Amino acid sequence: MKRRISFICNKNLVEAYVNPALTLLDFLRKNERLTGVKEGCREGDCGACSIMLGSIENNSLKYEVVNSCLFPIADADGCHVVTIEGINEIDLSPIQKSFINEGSTQCGFCTPGFIISLTCYLISGKQLNYADAIDSIGGNVCRCTGHAAIIRSVKSIMDSFINRNAGNEKCIDYLISKNYLPAYFKDIEIRLMNLKRQTVPEKLRNRLMIAGGTDLYVQRHDDLILEEEVDFIFNTGNKIYTENNSCFVEASATASDLGNSELLKNIFPGFEDFIKLFGSKPIRNRATIGGNIINASPIGDITSILLSLNSSLHITDGLNERILPLNEFYTGYKTFNLNSNEFIDKVSFKIPEGEYFFNYEKVSKRRHLDIASVNSSAFIKMNDGIIVEAKISGGGLAPIPLYLEKASSFLINKTATGNNLIASINIALDEVSPIDDVRGSAVYKKILFRQLLFAHFNKFFPEVITPEILI
Amino acid sequence: MKNYDWIEHVKGTSKFADDLPVVEGTLHAGVFTSPTAKGKITSLNIAEAISHPGIKAVFTAKDIPGKNQIGAIIADEPLLADEDLHYVGQPIALIVGVEEYSIKQALRKIKIEFEEQKPILDAREAFEKKELIIPPQIFAIGDIDNAWDKCDLIIEGTADTGAQEHLYLETQIAYSIPKEGGGIKLISSTQSPTAVQRCVSRILNLDMHKIEVDVQRLGGGFGGKEDQATAWAAMAALACNLLNQPIKLKLSRQEDMRYTGKRHPYSSDFKIGLKTDGTIIAYKVDFFQNAGAAADLSTAILDRTLFHCTNSYYIPNVKATAYSCRTNLPPNTAFRGFGGPQGMFVIEAAIHKAALKLNLQPFEIQAKNLLKENDKFPYGQKAINCVARKTWSSAVDKFQLAKKINYINEYNSINALSKKGIALMPICFGISFTNKMLNQASALVHIYTDGSVGISTAAIEMGQGVNMKLRQVASRIFSVDISKIKIETTNTTRIANTSPTAASSGADLNGKALEKTCLILRERLLKAAEELLKTGSNEELSLNNENIAVNGIKSNLAWDKLISFAYTNRIPLSAHAHYATPGIDFDRSAAKGNPFSYHVYGTAIIETTVDCLRGIYEINSIETIHDFGHSMNHIVDRSQAEGAIIQGLGWVTLEEIKHSSNGRLLSDSLSTYKVPDIHFTPDKVSVEFLENDFASEAIFNSKAVGEPPFMYSIGAYFALINAIMEFNPHIKIKYDSPLTPEKALLMLYEGKELNFSTPRNK
Repeated sequence: MKRRISFICNKNLVEAYVNPALTLLDFLRKNERLTGVKEGCREGDCGACSIMLGSIENNSLKYEVVNSCLFPIADADGCHVVTIEGINEIDLSPIQKSFINEGSTQCGFCTPGFIISLTCYLISGKQLNYADAIDSIGGNVCRCTGHAAIIRSVKSIMDSFINRNAGNEKCIDYLISKNYLPAYFKDIEIRLMNLKRQTVPEKLRNRLMIAGGTDLYVQRHDDLILEEEVDFIFNTGNKIYTENNSCFVEASATASDLGNSELLKNIFPGFEDFIKLFGSKPIRNRATIGGNIINASPIGDITSILLSLNSSLHITDGLNERILPLNEFYTGYKTFNLNSNEFIDKVSFKIPEGEYFFNYEKVSKRRHLDIASVNSSAFIKMNDGIIVEAKISGGGLAPIPLYLEKASSFLINKTATGNNLIASINIALDEVSPIDDVRGSAVYKKILFRQLLFAHFNKFFPEVITPEILI
Repeated sequence: MKNYDWIEHVKGTSKFADDLPVVEGTLHAGVFTSPTAKGKITSLNIAEAISHPGIKAVFTAKDIPGKNQIGAIIADEPLLADEDLHYVGQPIALIVGVEEYSIKQALRKIKIEFEEQKPILDAREAFEKKELIIPPQIFAIGDIDNAWDKCDLIIEGTADTGAQEHLYLETQIAYSIPKEGGGIKLISSTQSPTAVQRCVSRILNLDMHKIEVDVQRLGGGFGGKEDQATAWAAMAALACNLLNQPIKLKLSRQEDMRYTGKRHPYSSDFKIGLKTDGTIIAYKVDFFQNAGAAADLSTAILDRTLFHCTNSYYIPNVKATAYSCRTNLPPNTAFRGFGGPQGMFVIEAAIHKAALKLNLQPFEIQAKNLLKENDKFPYGQKAINCVARKTWSSAVDKFQLAKKINYINEYNSINALSKKGIALMPICFGISFTNKMLNQASALVHIYTDGSVGISTAAIEMGQGVNMKLRQVASRIFSVDISKIKIETTNTTRIANTSPTAASSGADLNGKALEKTCLILRERLLKAAEELLKTGSNEELSLNNENIAVNGIKSNLAWDKLISFAYTNRIPLSAHAHYATPGIDFDRSAAKGNPFSYHVYGTAIIETTVDCLRGIYEINSIETIHDFGHSMNHIVDRSQAEGAIIQGLGWVTLEEIKHSSNGRLLSDSLSTYKVPDIHFTPDKVSVEFLENDFASEAIFNSKAVGEPPFMYSIGAYFALINAIMEFNPHIKIKYDSPLTPEKALLMLYEGKELNFSTPRNK
């Protein structure tokens, strides 16, 4: 089942005849001997294997950072793959220089990943700022420096961009002129346009489909190599759109697609900040909402949000579509209502109007790139002082991502008084049954859930839900 | 000064063991390990695994030609378990094959049956059952029994610290290549090349000279590759020896986390006696160290706990007892601080608890009892050139403690659900291996005919910048540019009988040996220059900026010309010298002596904020005055200190090792074991240099820096506790590190009902 795969690797065109499920990490290290790409964890949690992936989207070249350990080589077809070796020139880039000046590297194992991630951030063409620059390396772990020196480097790099007059010059040209990128980057766009991507294969029944791979490659890396029939779903086109007052999100939309969606930002102010609590930048660039739903983790971030939006799944076998409310999809721990010949095509929810509140809360041991101990999402719609819609969800509290049926319906047609809201919290606490596990004890999770519900209501109704209730 | 190694690092061109090209015929090896924490193997069937496609061989204990023993200090640990199983993850068999993924499949085909026994996971339980690695160790000074009467207040309590995963980014790896005469060359990611060599020699029953161990650099070590790189190297060597083919053995992240030991968890009992003004009169402590299933380095770590049980305080009456308890966990091992942090946490907990009773601030007690010049440690050594008080007062002034406290008080009075806490943390850490024998090193220097220099020592570069410091030593003595100096791999055929690169001593020991070697060569060269320049006895020659100076004035004789002349005149351009740290001694039976060549001091101030709604928190700042001696490389030293501090912050907050009740590691991946990331890093990490020239046994008076700053982080634990107490003053503090968000939330709401009562007036 080998396939021919063509891509530009740093400067050179690579034409490989390989198992398409092979990870890009293994190909780069073993076949191309690009050993600046490091293997640190093979689960997308350390960033040592970070590479830049350039592709043509809407007729222009765009780059994003991905974890090559979770990236099937099939998806590199027609793309530009950039490793640290592809950044190196005779003169060090300003990022490389800054890492040396500040002591931002010690053992050196994680360093190429940091430099790739930061370079990719600069190339994004967006308005640059310090917070986003830090977020861009949120998926890179350095055990030696503790990141203090790396933060100094980021500050000095961002300072040098303050006076940049964006827009006059193409981002890549500017970065080449300032020695951040080698000159060969100039021609990549045209070279990629001439390098045709493989046609997207039809979605076939009974075949394993890999979209992001951020879970499959963690859980089943060695099996995927041996799998006979695998389809790869390329990430192209606009995946979030509205139709008839509903918002549709295709299953292959990534977490980054959600976070970047102007549409979602308009409906839910601050939505992009909720998404930043999901994985790291390279994970968000690959992880799909379909994957998050089908992984059926009781603690899934996006499932929790979608439950509170009363979302529906559009399930298809390739011919017929059926629509199922998400809160009826899960039947037990990691089991769900989906036939073997079906797949999730998209998710939809009604776009709220009028006066409404939405909030997402997540507490994990580490604030970023961690799986929640408990998460919760709440949506409340008001009409004339009366709650007319309430949907509360919680993760890490039951074998499935949980919709809090009783607590939610209790609030309908009630006023938002302290008594009513507190009563609904107490009802919600009776609906959950967390267990002891590596993410926390059952006792902790229950108290934490109470606190997160309090946090929702404190944000929505700060006059009635006051700190005094807690103290 | 910038570190030359870093140029390679930022380009990704530094070569780690897995980056080196493999030779033809290289096979891979995987390890089959114990599924149970305690039991006896009743049958082991490898037939199906051997016949799996691509598998060349499966080896078990009976295939070992020499002694099946890897214990470095105490011979209590087999390379491959023969019959008895002592922990989940203990190696039993080795599978060798062509492809890594087929090995993974073959591993599932080994069938094992065993009688399961009830494991011991807890140190105190092991102590109850008399499962001790060595007899109890006791350090004492003064007269503890009669001291209690002199105290106004006596407080007792317990304090626990957790395990910690090293999480070096490069996992354990070894690559073994057959050589002629049955010899073996091993590329190993080890901090102790000689330990690997010695162990392989024992396992294969070969003379040590047949085993060459070569180390370019490590992708992080932190102690985790001091003793525990050995087993993997020995397994690769075993398969290499039996098959006569090159073998690469690399652990995956999950295997590494499951099979290797951690920082030792400790549980301790303390009793402290004070005057009402906070003067500490007496301190009694019992340490229960969870050693895991074999001794490994536990006994040496136990020693260092005792050496540091009073931190930087003078206490006239002390009795400290330490128990190394055998449990059914992977043998715990060296980790930055080497038992020191565990000892220091307990005295800090005792002071904190006493302060609450005495209605004093903990820092008032800390300040009152700081070491003064000539004060005695419990092991009898005197504090010499002691800057404990100097670093403290500098920190209080420079970081404006009074102002900080005012600000925090105000913040806490206006914020109901967000509280701040502050703590100070002094440190005092002894430098030298406490095993005297290890305090030796040697260096080999070649000057090539073009004037470039190649240096071999026992030092392992693992990110701490020792290669750069060694370059600086040679550069300074020869007065040549750093670019002329190359640090070679650490190789047992060039430098024999190496001490591990550990105990923060790598730069001191190897730097001193290198200094000696360079001085020998310099003397020879100046003598040659004398001859060449025909100078008289009243003219003094020196090396100066790649030139020879006469009475300080530049001559026309350049460095490369001198080297060329020396070679032509058959003057040896290579030298080797040996260094042994002078003046250290320790009488083990009396537990008294001068084990350390010097101490490192410092003080940190830490500020934290706790979100009292969600139980999450931030370390806002950690500001330190640190005693670097006369730092020879500020960039390297500052980065070392910062990295140590933040690694320590992980240890007292996020990093939580969890096992199931049957001894299986639950936190066995990066998704379940969280180390500090860039968002966790405090907004402010300040490392201020307290410069002094006191430490003559430190290379160029530049004090050892690897471990000591780690212990500043202990203050963060207490700063968080102080913040939590602002919200809930009536909690019973358990002094149980790490202070995870879970523990924080449970403390914040200790004593409160789960269900809210409905608000009264709304």
